[in-house]
Amino acid sequence: MLAKLFKFYGGVKPPSNKTLSNQQPIRPAPLPSCLVVPLHQHIGGTPRPLVQAGDPVLKGQKIGEADGWISAAVHAPTSGTVVEVAMHVRPHVSGLESLCVVIEPDGKDEWIAHGPADRAAMSPADICQFLQEHGIVGLGGAGFPTHGKLKATPGVPMAELIINAAECEPYITCDDLLMRERADDVVRGIAVFRDMLQPTQVIIGVEDNKPEAIAAMQKAVEAQGEAFAVVPVPTLYPAGGAKQLIRVLTGKEVPGAMRSTADMGVQVFNVGTAYAAWRAIGHGEPLISRIVTLTGNVRGAGNVEALIGTPMDELLQLAEPNPDTDGIIMGGPMMGFLVPNEHAPIVKTSNCLIAHSERLFPPKAPEMPCIRCGACARACPHELQPFELYWHARAKDFGKTQQYHIFDCIECGCCSFVCPSRIPLVQYFRFAKSEIWAREKEKKAADEAKQRFEFKQFREEREKAEKAEKLAKAAAAQAAKKAAEAAAAASEAPATEQPAEAALDPAEAAKKAAIAAAMARAKAQREAAQPKNTDELTPEQAREMAEIEARRQQAGIVPEPADAQPATTETKPE
Amino acid sequence: MMFAPAPYLLKDASVSRVMTMVCLALIPGITAYAWLVGPAILVQLVIASFTAIAAEAVMLKLRGKPLAMFLSDGSAIVTAWLIALTFPPLAPWWLVVTGTLFAIVIAKHLYGGLGQNPFNPAMVAFAACIVSFPALMSQWPSVGLQMPFLDQLNVILGLAPRVDALSGATPLDAMKTALKLAEGQVDIAHLLANQDIYGNFAGRGWEWVAIGYLLGGLWLWQRKLITWHAPLAFIGGMVLISGALWLYQPASFANPLFHLLSGGTLLGAFFIITDPVSGCTTPRGKLIFGFCAGLLAYIIRVFGGFPDGVAFAVLLMNLSAPLIDQLTQPRIFGMKGKQS
Amino acid sequence: MDILLAIAIMALGAVVLGAALGFASIKFKVEGDPLVEKIDAILPQTQCGQCGFPGCKPYAEAIAKGEVDINLCPPGGMEGVQRLADLLGREVKPLEAEEKPKQVARIDENTCIGCTLCIQACPVDAIVGAAKQMHTIIALQCTGCELCLPPCPVECIHMEVIPETLENWKWKYPVVAIQPVAARPSAKEAA
Repeated sequence: MLAKLFKFYGGVKPPSNKTLSNQQPIRPAPLPSCLVVPLHQHIGGTPRPLVQAGDPVLKGQKIGEADGWISAAVHAPTSGTVVEVAMHVRPHVSGLESLCVVIEPDGKDEWIAHGPADRAAMSPADICQFLQEHGIVGLGGAGFPTHGKLKATPGVPMAELIINAAECEPYITCDDLLMRERADDVVRGIAVFRDMLQPTQVIIGVEDNKPEAIAAMQKAVEAQGEAFAVVPVPTLYPAGGAKQLIRVLTGKEVPGAMRSTADMGVQVFNVGTAYAAWRAIGHGEPLISRIVTLTGNVRGAGNVEALIGTPMDELLQLAEPNPDTDGIIMGGPMMGFLVPNEHAPIVKTSNCLIAHSERLFPPKAPEMPCIRCGACARACPHELQPFELYWHARAKDFGKTQQYHIFDCIECGCCSFVCPSRIPLVQYFRFAKSEIWAREKEKKAADEAKQRFEFKQFREEREKAEKAEKLAKAAAAQAAKKAAEAAAAASEAPATEQPAEAALDPAEAAKKAAIAAAMARAKAQREAAQPKNTDELTPEQAREMAEIEARRQQAGIVPEPADAQPATTETKPE
Repeated sequence: MMFAPAPYLLKDASVSRVMTMVCLALIPGITAYAWLVGPAILVQLVIASFTAIAAEAVMLKLRGKPLAMFLSDGSAIVTAWLIALTFPPLAPWWLVVTGTLFAIVIAKHLYGGLGQNPFNPAMVAFAACIVSFPALMSQWPSVGLQMPFLDQLNVILGLAPRVDALSGATPLDAMKTALKLAEGQVDIAHLLANQDIYGNFAGRGWEWVAIGYLLGGLWLWQRKLITWHAPLAFIGGMVLISGALWLYQPASFANPLFHLLSGGTLLGAFFIITDPVSGCTTPRGKLIFGFCAGLLAYIIRVFGGFPDGVAFAVLLMNLSAPLIDQLTQPRIFGMKGKQS
Repeated sequence: MDILLAIAIMALGAVVLGAALGFASIKFKVEGDPLVEKIDAILPQTQCGQCGFPGCKPYAEAIAKGEVDINLCPPGGMEGVQRLADLLGREVKPLEAEEKPKQVARIDENTCIGCTLCIQACPVDAIVGAAKQMHTIIALQCTGCELCLPPCPVECIHMEVIPETLENWKWKYPVVAIQPVAARPSAKEAA
C-alpha cells in the first residue's frame, strides 16, 4: 500500500447519483439500425478512409488508416455494407459535421480473422504500432492515442504508472461496473502498460465510493500475482482529473504548461483503456465497443456495452427514458454537454448518456453580477482565481487572462458549481481560450502574409535591377556595333553628317536601338502566340472565346509576355 | 429548448441567500442595541431599508435593468442596515435618508451597480455625512437616558426638539475629549470609573452590542460565508497597536479590550471589512487589508479628529485593495517552489 | 528684492531642467520609429489598399504621423480599431467601410484565360500560374484583399466566405437570457 495520500486544494461534493445506474450488471446492446462511425475520434490527425460506398465489411475490419504518429486507426463495429462515406453530424457541442463511414449491419456480426499479439517476439515499438493499428485511444475523455503515451521521457525514469479508476463525476458508473465484472482483463492490460513503461510503482486509484470495485480489483491483482497497489482515494470531485489524481497518489504537482506528465516520471491511463489494450493484445480485438452508462431521467438506468457509432437516441431507448425527457447530455453533469442533434453517434470517448429533463436538472437562475465573494477561488482544484479570469474574459482583455493562467484551467466546472451569482464561468473561459487560439492563428497568418508581401516587393526590385543590367549590357553591345558601323560609314559619307552622328551619345543611341529591337521582338511574339488548348473546341467555347476576344480588342487589352514592362506595375494598387 | 451549458448540477447558493444570512447575523447585535440603548434603532432600520429599496428601484429603472431580479438580491438591505447601525440612533430621519441615498445612488449605482463598487457604500455614506453634518453625527444619546419610545420617534421625525440630553458623545469620544482637555493630568482608570458612561469593559450598553456583533460574525464564519483572514487581521491589528501603546503608557491609552468593544470595531471586523466587492480577495491580501485597516482605525480614532476611525480606515484600504490583490496572487497548482 | 530672487531661482530651475531634457533627448534617442512597428503589428497585413494606402506599412506610417483616422481598415474590423485606439489613446470610431466576413478568392477555371494580370495584382503571391497556363489561388495564403478581382478581364474570380468547420469553430461569447424564455422574451441581456 502507499505510504500516505495527499490532498489537492478545492474541489466540490456534488450529489453523486451513482446508485441509479450501478445496480445492474453490464448488458450488451443489440445491433442498431445503422452505424455512423466518425473517422476522427481522438486527438491528432484524421484517419484516411479505406472503404467506399458499397464495400462489404467484417466486424473489426479497419476502415480508417491512422494518419501520422499521433493518430489511431478506426474499425467497423459489426459486419455489413458501407452505405456511404460522407459528412454526418458528430457529437460535438457545435453540431457541426465531420467525415463518417456509415455502415448498415447485416445482422450476422461476423468477425474478421484476428488473433492475439505474440508479445514475446514483439519489441516495444511493435507493440505501440499494434495498439495504434487496433485503434486504442484513451477512454477517459480526451481520447489521446495510447501508444503515444507508452514511452518514458528520455532522461526521466518512470516512477509511477497510475491507473485512473476514480470516476469522480456524478452519474457515471461505467468504470465501476467494468472493474466489478472484468477485473482480470483490466489487470492484464495494466501489466502490458507496466511492461512497456517499466515504472517503479503501479498504483490503481479508485474513489472510496466503489467498495465492490476495489475488492474485485484487489482480488484480480492477487490472483495474477502482481504487485499493483489498489488505493482508495477520498471521494471529491475532481479527484479523477489526471493531475489531481497524480497529486493525491504521489504528491507531485504537474504544472499546466507541461504537455506530458512523463516529464515528471508519471503516466496516467484510464482503467477502460487498460481493458481495451488487453482485448487488443490478448485477443486481437480492435476498439469497436465500449461500456456506456445510460442514466438520468430513465426508468431502467444501467450500463451497456455499446458499439461505437450507435446513434445516441437509439442507444438511450435501451434505458426506457421517461416521456418528459427533452435532451441528451453526453458525458457527466459537470463537464458534459447537451448534444445539439440526438442522432449523433457515440464515439470512443462517450462514457455516459444522461437523459435530461427540467425536473432532474432545473433550469438555472439568470446570471447576476459577480460579487467577488471568492467561493470559486476556494473551489478551484488548480488554485486559480476564476473571478479574475471572468472579469478579464468578459472585458475581452485576453492578455490579462493569460497572466492569470487561463490555459491551466481544466474546465472541471467546480467554480460554476459554487457561484452564488450563477455565472457560467467555464463558458467564459472556453470563449477566452478559443479566442486566444484564433488570434494566434490570425497573427501567424498575418505574419506570413507580411513576409510574402515583402518578398514580392524585393523580387520586383530585383527583377527591375536585372532588367536594367541586361539593358545596359545590350546597350553597350549595340553601342560598340554602331560605333563600328558609324566608323565604316564615316569614311564614305560627307563630313557634315559625321559630327551630328558622332555627337549622338552612343549610349543613348544604343538604348534606343535596344528598345526598338525589344518592341519588335514582343510584337513578333504576340503575333506568334496561340492559346494552347484550342483543339476540339465546342461551338459554345468557340463562341465564348470570340466574344472575349472582341471584348479585349474593344478594351485595348493585350496579353503581356511573362517579363512584363515596368509600366504595368504601377496600375496594381487601386 | 435552450442549450444550457454544463454544469447541470449546481450548489444551492444565491446572492439573496448570502445577503439574508448577513442580515440574520446582524440580529443579535440589533437586539442588544434595541434593548440596551433604545428601540429607536428599529425605526432607523425601517427608514433606511425603505429608502434603500426605493433608491435602488429608481436607479435600476434609469439604468434599464430588470427590477425584480436585482431588488430581491438583498444587497441594498444590507447596506441600509449597516448605515442605520453606524449612524446615531436618534439622528434625524432626513440624515439617515441622505446617507442611504448617497450610498445606494452614488457609491453603488453610479459605479455600475452590484459588484462594481470600489468603495464600501455604507462607509461612503458615513464619511460623507460625518464630514457634512459633524454636529448631528456626534449626537449620541447618553445611555442612562431611557426615553419612552414615542419620544424617541418624535425626535427622529423632527417633531420634538433635540434637547441637550442627547448630545452625549460616544464613550470613545468622551474618552478622547477628556484626555485632550486634561492634557495628561487625568488617569484612564479614573475616567473608566464613571459608571454613567462606561460599563464593565467599555461603553455601558455599547459593549454588549459589540458582543452581539461578535456572535453574529462567528456564526457567519462557521457557515463559511466569510473566511477568518480579514476579521482576525483587523482585530489583530487593532489589538496590536492598542496593546503596544497601552503597555507603553497605560495612563494615557485605554486597554485593547476597551478598543475592541467600543465604536465600530467588531461591527467593522465581521461585516464591513469582509465586504467581498470592495475588499481584497486573496487570502494574504485579506490579511494585509484587515491588519492595515485595524491600525488605521486606531490611529484615526485616537490621534485624529473623528470619534471613530473605522469608516475612514476602510475607505483608505478600499483604495489600495486592487494593488494588494495584484501583489498577493497565490501560486497556482504546479507552480509552487518555482519562479512562475 | 525677494521677487527678483524668486524669478532668478525659477529661471535657474527652468534652465537646469531644460538642459536635462535636451541631454536626454540626444543621449537616449531611439532610432527609427517604434510606434510604426507597433501599429503595423496590429494591422492585419492583407495589403489590400482599401484604406487608400499601398499596403499596411504606409498606412501605419500615416497613422503614426497623425495624418489619418484609425477606422479605415475593414479587414482589421472593429477589433483592430479598438486596439489602435488603445495603443494611441485616440477615440474609437465606427469603421468607414462595411466589415465583411473572412473570404478567400476562387478562380473559375473554365473561364480563366491565363493572362497573369491577377498574379501581378496579388500582393502576397497567393496565385499560382503562368502565361497561358491555368491560374489558381492558394486558399491558405489568400488574405481576402480582393485586389485580383478588378484586373481580371474575364471576371472569373469570385470571393467565397470561409465556412465554419470543426477546425475553425470557436466558442461564442456566453449570452444568457435573464428571464425564463416563456415569461418575457424581450428581456434578453447580453451578459
